[in-house]
Amino acid sequence: MSIPRGSTALLGPSGSGKSTLLRLLNRLADPDEGTVRFHGTDVRALDPLELRRRVGLVPQLPAPVPGTVRENVLFGPRLEGNEVDPERPVELAGLDQSFLDRDASRLSVGEQQRVMLARALALEPEVLLLDEPTASLDAAATEAVEHALRNLRDVSLVLVTHDSQQAERLTDRTIRLRDGRVTE
Amino acid sequence: MSTVSITLGEVAASLALIVVAIAVSFWRRAELEQDIAVAVVRSFLQLTAVGYVIQAIFDADSDWLVVALLAGMVGFGTWTARGRAKAVPGATGPILLALALAATVTLGLVLILGVFEPEPRYLVPVGGMVIGNSMTAVAVALNRLADEMHDGRRQIEAMLALGATSFQAARGTLARSLRSGMIPLVDSTKTTGIVFFPGTMVGMLIAGAEPVDAVRLQLVLLWVLLGAVALAGLIAISLGYRGFFTDAHQLREL
Repeated sequence: MSIPRGSTALLGPSGSGKSTLLRLLNRLADPDEGTVRFHGTDVRALDPLELRRRVGLVPQLPAPVPGTVRENVLFGPRLEGNEVDPERPVELAGLDQSFLDRDASRLSVGEQQRVMLARALALEPEVLLLDEPTASLDAAATEAVEHALRNLRDVSLVLVTHDSQQAERLTDRTIRLRDGRVTE
Repeated sequence: MSTVSITLGEVAASLALIVVAIAVSFWRRAELEQDIAVAVVRSFLQLTAVGYVIQAIFDADSDWLVVALLAGMVGFGTWTARGRAKAVPGATGPILLALALAATVTLGLVLILGVFEPEPRYLVPVGGMVIGNSMTAVAVALNRLADEMHDGRRQIEAMLALGATSFQAARGTLARSLRSGMIPLVDSTKTTGIVFFPGTMVGMLIAGAEPVDAVRLQLVLLWVLLGAVALAGLIAISLGYRGFFTDAHQLREL
């Protein structure tokens, strides 16, 4: 199976191996057998930290670091000693600049999830992996996150979801999974 | 230095307090009677045995025997701490290194600084205290580490996903684990002399030493222990957390 540039949904019921597959793509896990390639190179031959900066991940549930939204957005770049402008990723994630100095842990889950998106975007990744990014959100928060995702440019999306309508709304093509296998 | 001698009869007389303890347990149904009895027998046998061992080592006045005894304590301490930190994968090596280095460095330093003479009379009891306190601190710290690695799995993996190394992702966890290993001794050092008299001082006072001497020796021991515990905790945590990660900065499936 190959995932081209652009936006792709990995669609399947829970337990079909979607999240596991996603974690193989940025090498948070390794497959028992087979090979994962990025631009044709076996990911095990790449520096895992560099790979994860190029292939960002928005987790299923928000997991902010302690501190403000600004500190969360700057967390990734600072690991390498880079300072970036936090305003742009926050805006891309659909948050107001006034959020920057607020305590991330005190925001609503929907707002926190957009902080997770901003935090991943701050590294300017080529690919963004989204693991059921709206699974824990209500309708309004889901719409806010989806709106931000639809407006992203210059980044490929790999969206894991069980919701075929969401797949249709957000991505150009869909790969269906069942019991850890690609069905179409 | 003055000496005290206590006859077996006097030791037996103190069993009266054990009778009180058992009576309290029986009366209030704490169901500790059997445990208390076992504790009394074990403490008698273990301390008597170690008394003879220490006597033999003092008589032999051999540095090698001292080293062998301390090595035995490190081994037993490692085994005990390992049992309490089962959830840390591959912890035996880190614990062994932590206890061995803490004992070596702290005893080495106090000898180099001339605080104690290099005699079995100092090395055996001080070494025992250093290793015992380090063992407790390491067990507490590693236990906390395992709990945090389990509960904080999502947060840690989220940091790894942003390109953090295993160390960067675990840094907060490591700080809190080290802290929890050291805090009991720091706190008891703060309150020492107010809430309780530490054992060495009590022993020296009973043995007839001048209070000022007893206090000075106790201070040296407390401060040495703080250094030892910090060192042991640091080593155990710094090496122990690696067991949770792969070389590719992935969280291991446990």
